[in-house]
Amino acid sequence: MSITVNDLSFNFGQNRVLKEISFTARGGELLSVLGPNGVGKTTLFRCILGLLRGYRGQILLGGTDIKGLGAAEMARLIAYVPQFHYPSFNYSVFDMVLMGTSVHVSAFSRPGREQAKLVDAALERLGIAQLKERGFTRISSGEQQLVLLARALVQESPILVMDEPTSNLDYGNQVRVLTEVKSLVSEGYTIIQSTHSPDLAFMFSDRVLALKDGAVLGCGPPEEVFSEELIYALYGMRVKMESLYYDRVRVCIPKHIADKAAAASLVSNL
Amino acid sequence: MERDRGNTFIVAGLGILLLVIVVLSFGLGRYPVSAGEVLGIAFSKIYPLEQFWADRTETVLLNIRFPRIILACLVGACLSATGAAYQGVFQNPMAAPDILGASAGAAFGAALAILNRCSSFTITLSAFIFSLLTVFLVYYFSKKIKGKSILGLILSGIVVGSLFSAATSLVKLVADPTDQLPAIIYWLMGSLAGAGSREIKFALIPMTLGLLPLLLLRWRMNVLTMGDDESRAMGINVNRIRLTVIICSTLTTAASVAVSGMIGWVGLVIPHVARKIVGNNYHHLLPASVLSGAIFMLLVDNVSRNLLTAEIPLGILTAFIGAPFFIYLMTRRGEYS
Repeated sequence: MSITVNDLSFNFGQNRVLKEISFTARGGELLSVLGPNGVGKTTLFRCILGLLRGYRGQILLGGTDIKGLGAAEMARLIAYVPQFHYPSFNYSVFDMVLMGTSVHVSAFSRPGREQAKLVDAALERLGIAQLKERGFTRISSGEQQLVLLARALVQESPILVMDEPTSNLDYGNQVRVLTEVKSLVSEGYTIIQSTHSPDLAFMFSDRVLALKDGAVLGCGPPEEVFSEELIYALYGMRVKMESLYYDRVRVCIPKHIADKAAAASLVSNL
Repeated sequence: MERDRGNTFIVAGLGILLLVIVVLSFGLGRYPVSAGEVLGIAFSKIYPLEQFWADRTETVLLNIRFPRIILACLVGACLSATGAAYQGVFQNPMAAPDILGASAGAAFGAALAILNRCSSFTITLSAFIFSLLTVFLVYYFSKKIKGKSILGLILSGIVVGSLFSAATSLVKLVADPTDQLPAIIYWLMGSLAGAGSREIKFALIPMTLGLLPLLLLRWRMNVLTMGDDESRAMGINVNRIRLTVIICSTLTTAASVAVSGMIGWVGLVIPHVARKIVGNNYHHLLPASVLSGAIFMLLVDNVSRNLLTAEIPLGILTAFIGAPFFIYLMTRRGEYS
C-alpha cells in the first residue's frame, strides 16, 4: 500500500517544523528518512500515523485521505514501531505482542486463541520465540526492538512506521533488524523508517527522503540521491563517498580521515 | 498460556479465601457466635431449618455484622479496583483512587454536612455529591491546561484537591470544638462503624455501575499503559477509554469514601500486591485486585472492631498494616516486577 504526502506543513506554535513536504513511497518499498537531529522526522511520522491532526496538506495511505479517519481505521492501515518503549509496568513478551491485536477485538473482550496463534507466528518468524514468557524489561534492547516489531506485525496493517529502529542497537543487531525489515518489504509491506546511518540506508532502502530544516532536500532512489554534497548539506560533515561492488554499496568516510589515510598510504608506497 | 491458567486458579483461590474469611468474620465480635450458628442462620435463609440458635444471635448477625462485613468487602474491592485502573490509564504506578480529588471533595462534603448538624445519611450523601463535583471540576480545568492530557489531569487534581482540603480545614476551624470538630476528625480517619443496610443500599448502585465497565474494559487498560501514542497507533480511542475509566472510577470511589470516610493506602498498595501475585495483565490483575481489596479491608475492619474495646479508625490501621507490608513486598523482585 502506497504512502503519498502532498505539501505537508506543520507548526508547533510559531515554530514551522515541516515545510511543504511532498513525497511518495510505493507499495512494497522501504523508504528511509534521513536528516539531522530535530529536523522533524518524528513530527512527520506522527502526522502520517494520525497522531498529530493539526497539519496542512494531504496524507494518503493507499489512496485514502487519513483526515477524519478514527484510531481503529488508521490502525488497520498503518502500525507503529517506536524508537524506545518506556514501560510503566512490566509485561511478558507474549502479552506485549498480543496487545498489537487489540484493534481486531471489540472493546469489551480480550484477544483469543486466534490472536495468540498470530503472536506465536510473529515471534517465531523474528526468531524470538524463546523470549515469550520473559518480562519485557528483562531482555536486551535489541530484543526489545524485535518485540516491538512483532507487536506491529500482529496488527496486520500493510504499512509500518519505524522511528529509528536501529539507533540503540549494536552493529550486529542493526544489520539483523534491517535484514528482517528488508524481507518484510519483499513480502509486500510498505515500510518507512528514519535512520542516522547513510551507509545502511544506502544498502537497504528502495527510496530515500532527505530532510533539512523541515523541507525536502532530496527524494528518490538512494543511488540518485546520495552524494558527498548531500551528506555535507545534511550533517555539515565533509565525507568521501566510496562506491563498492559496482555501486551496490556506498560507504561514507569522514573527509579528514580519508585524506590522512590517503596521504599515509601514499607515503608507504614510496 | 500455562501461566494464564495458573492465574485463573489464583483468582479463584482468592475468591474462596474471601468467602472463608467472610464466614469467619461473622463469628468475630464481643457477642460470641459459633461457626455452626453462622452457617445455620445463613442456610435458614434459603432452606427451612429448625432454629437451634438464640433470636439475639440472629439479630446481631443480620443487622449488625452482616452490613458491616458486606460494606467492608465492597469498599475494599472498589478502592483497590479503582487504584489499579488509575495506575493503568495514567501510566503511573503511584496513582491511587484519590488522585483526581475524589477523597478531598468527599471530606469537604462530609465536614460541611457535619457543620450543619445533618443526619448521618445526609453526611454520606453530601460526601458523595461533593466527591463527584470535585472530580468534575478537576476534569473541566484539565481540559483548559495546554499540553499532555495526563499531566493536565494530575496537576489539576493536585490543585483542586488542595483547594478542597483548605476548605475542609476552614470548616474545622469554625466547627464547634466540643462535638462537631471531633465528629469531622473521626470521619476523616475512616470507619465502617456506622454501616447499616441503608448505607449498603445507597452505595451498591454506583459501585456496581462503576465496577462492571471497569472489569469489561480491562484488556484495553493494558494497551493504555503503553502510552498515548502507542495505544492510539494500535487503534485504541485513548481519550474515550480514559474518560470512561475516570467516570466509572469516580462513581465507585465517591460511593466508597461517602460510606467509609477517608481510607488511604488500600487503593495504592493492594493493586501492587495483586501485581506481585498475578502479574500486570489486567485480565487477571483487576479481578485479583477486587478480591484482595475485599480480603484486606475485611481483615483490617475485623482488627478495627475487635482489637481494643474502642474502635480503631480504619485509616490508621490500613497505614499501620499497609506500609510495612508494602516495604516487604517492594524488596522482593520477580520476572514481571
